[in-house]
Amino acid sequence: MKKFTTTLAALLIMGSASSFADGHKVKVGMITTLSGGGSGLGIDVRDGFMLAVKGNKNISVITKDDQRKPDIAVQLADKMIQSDKVDVLTGIIWSNLAMAVVPATVNQGKFYLSPNAGPSKLAGKGCHKNYFNVAWQNDNLHEAAGGYANSAGFKNSFILAPNYPAGKDALTGYKRYFKGSLAGEIYTKLGQKDYAAEIAQIRASGADSVFFFLPGGMGIGFMKQFSQSGIKLPVVGPAFSFDQGILKAVGDAALGVKNTSQWSKDIDNAANKKFVKDFQSEYGRLPSLYASQGYDTGKLLISAMSKAKVKDKDKFRDALRKADFSSTRGKFSFDKNHHPIQDIYVREVIKEGEILTNKIVSVGLKDHSNAYVSECKM
Amino acid sequence: MTSILFFEQLLNGIQFGTMLFLMSAGLTLIFGVMGLINLAHGSFYMIGAFSAALIASLTGSFWLALLASLSGAAIAGVLIEIIIIRRLYRRDHLDQVLATFALILLLSEAVRWCFGAFPLYLDIPENLNGTFPILDEIIYSKYRLFIIFMGLLIATGLYILITKTRLGVRIRAGQNDRQMISALGVDISKLYTIVFALGASLAGLAGAMIGAIQSVEVGMGEPILILAFVVIVIGGIGSIKGALIGSILVGVTDTIGRIFLPEFLKIFMEPASATSVGSSIGSMIIYILMALILIIKPSGLFGKT
Repeated sequence: MKKFTTTLAALLIMGSASSFADGHKVKVGMITTLSGGGSGLGIDVRDGFMLAVKGNKNISVITKDDQRKPDIAVQLADKMIQSDKVDVLTGIIWSNLAMAVVPATVNQGKFYLSPNAGPSKLAGKGCHKNYFNVAWQNDNLHEAAGGYANSAGFKNSFILAPNYPAGKDALTGYKRYFKGSLAGEIYTKLGQKDYAAEIAQIRASGADSVFFFLPGGMGIGFMKQFSQSGIKLPVVGPAFSFDQGILKAVGDAALGVKNTSQWSKDIDNAANKKFVKDFQSEYGRLPSLYASQGYDTGKLLISAMSKAKVKDKDKFRDALRKADFSSTRGKFSFDKNHHPIQDIYVREVIKEGEILTNKIVSVGLKDHSNAYVSECKM
Repeated sequence: MTSILFFEQLLNGIQFGTMLFLMSAGLTLIFGVMGLINLAHGSFYMIGAFSAALIASLTGSFWLALLASLSGAAIAGVLIEIIIIRRLYRRDHLDQVLATFALILLLSEAVRWCFGAFPLYLDIPENLNGTFPILDEIIYSKYRLFIIFMGLLIATGLYILITKTRLGVRIRAGQNDRQMISALGVDISKLYTIVFALGASLAGLAGAMIGAIQSVEVGMGEPILILAFVVIVIGGIGSIKGALIGSILVGVTDTIGRIFLPEFLKIFMEPASATSVGSSIGSMIIYILMALILIIKPSGLFGKT
């Protein structure tokens, strides 16, 4: 027994010594939604990220489930920072959780790489040198949807989104670019599944088009109920209600719907082709935009690690800011507030054989940044 | 705001209410007869929906799927009652809450193991797709009318079961005096299993019918479980009649409130803030309703004092 304890102690000392010696190692804490409603998004982000860092011995990842609850996310972040001593945090899907976790994390000198949530506060006044968003600022896809609505000739839109930070950003984004008038504007309950009441309002409003942002399971319910209601209005929305994970559940009700996305599986570049192929062979399903965001986050991290040690915060930050990795989206760079400058596409839901998926029809906004850059003092 | 829109919203509220009734009827029965607080009731809603989605994808028939939801949830109910729940009747409520909460976690995780984390596909049958003209100008979804019809059918069925049959007599006796009915030679543990399975199957049916127009995914039962608890507290715990009236009340208040409150606030606020304040209050309105009812009638509308 005594021998065992000494060996164990020796091993522990060696272990900690080696982690001190080798500053190239990075410990990543991933807090994401893995159970309950909306877990499909978190699982895709995690799988994309793990695929990107697969085989990289210098990265160790601790993954924890936030159950889509802000209080749990905060507890997990505290534990990861204080007892697990992670260097980088990532993974949060929902903007209300990001608002609860990110400010405290970056103020404690840790890096936060957002693979999804991009609330406007963190892009504008609340921006921080240690916060990078690898996905988009929340308004982006909705701005492109507004732009698309103009080009499609819509004059009078009915718009709806859940009542939480990303929902407000969504409607703001759409209104920023849409030139027509609004037939109605509704905030629904977060997690709401039944939209009979809202659909009745749409019917009575005299709108000529509907814009909605209802991510995850919320969008499945809306699309099915909308198509059953017999209202024949064109629908446009961000990719969140038409991603690969939920198209199957929406079924044919989604066919032909235009949606906007910064990523699509048919973007023509080598990195994307490799990603789609690797993801399919690793997990046996098509990747979604969330998976691509997780993957790009992993690749960004690796690119920065090859340039600087994570303990040397200033150098590491500069390396992140350069975004010197081949993104699945092709051209990718960070603006001054550490949010992406990228193309946003208009996609259409099509059927490939029996599988519902998306195809790019046009580029909605080229080299698009965000509206909050000037508010960010960094 | 036209009267047509109002009428349509009223129907939506009633439809929502009938679904809540299927959930809360079982919950209130189980509490009334066995004195058990069953937090895992939402899991039967989920099990029903997943059984239906599985059978629908295998056979392509919605009606078989509905049958599967009833029987799937009932079988799960029987098994869980015999293996776990039975041990909880004599414990106090805190133990029951703890154990049934653990059941939620176990069942959600088990369903995720079997079906994965992504939502499943379940669609309504072709002949219920589309709309039905009720009056000249009021057109309403056929499927939602079907849900209202089913809800009323089951409410009637339950009424007959409880007031006119021998099983019903026993259930009522069990609600009044558990010791006496077992002393009179009724096999109480069989009665408990039957009541539990009945409650579970109603929840399963609700899950399948709602899953077809919403989404079939892990954790779908918990949000509706909270509403079902609100319903039985409003209606009076243990009362089926209370559950029916409570459900319709909650369904209609929730629907009308969240639509018309923002419109009402627009009269004296600017539109943007009216929308945002209105939707915030709209999502609280049923809890406000519950608080008001409890102030006037502390044991609910039809509860025993």
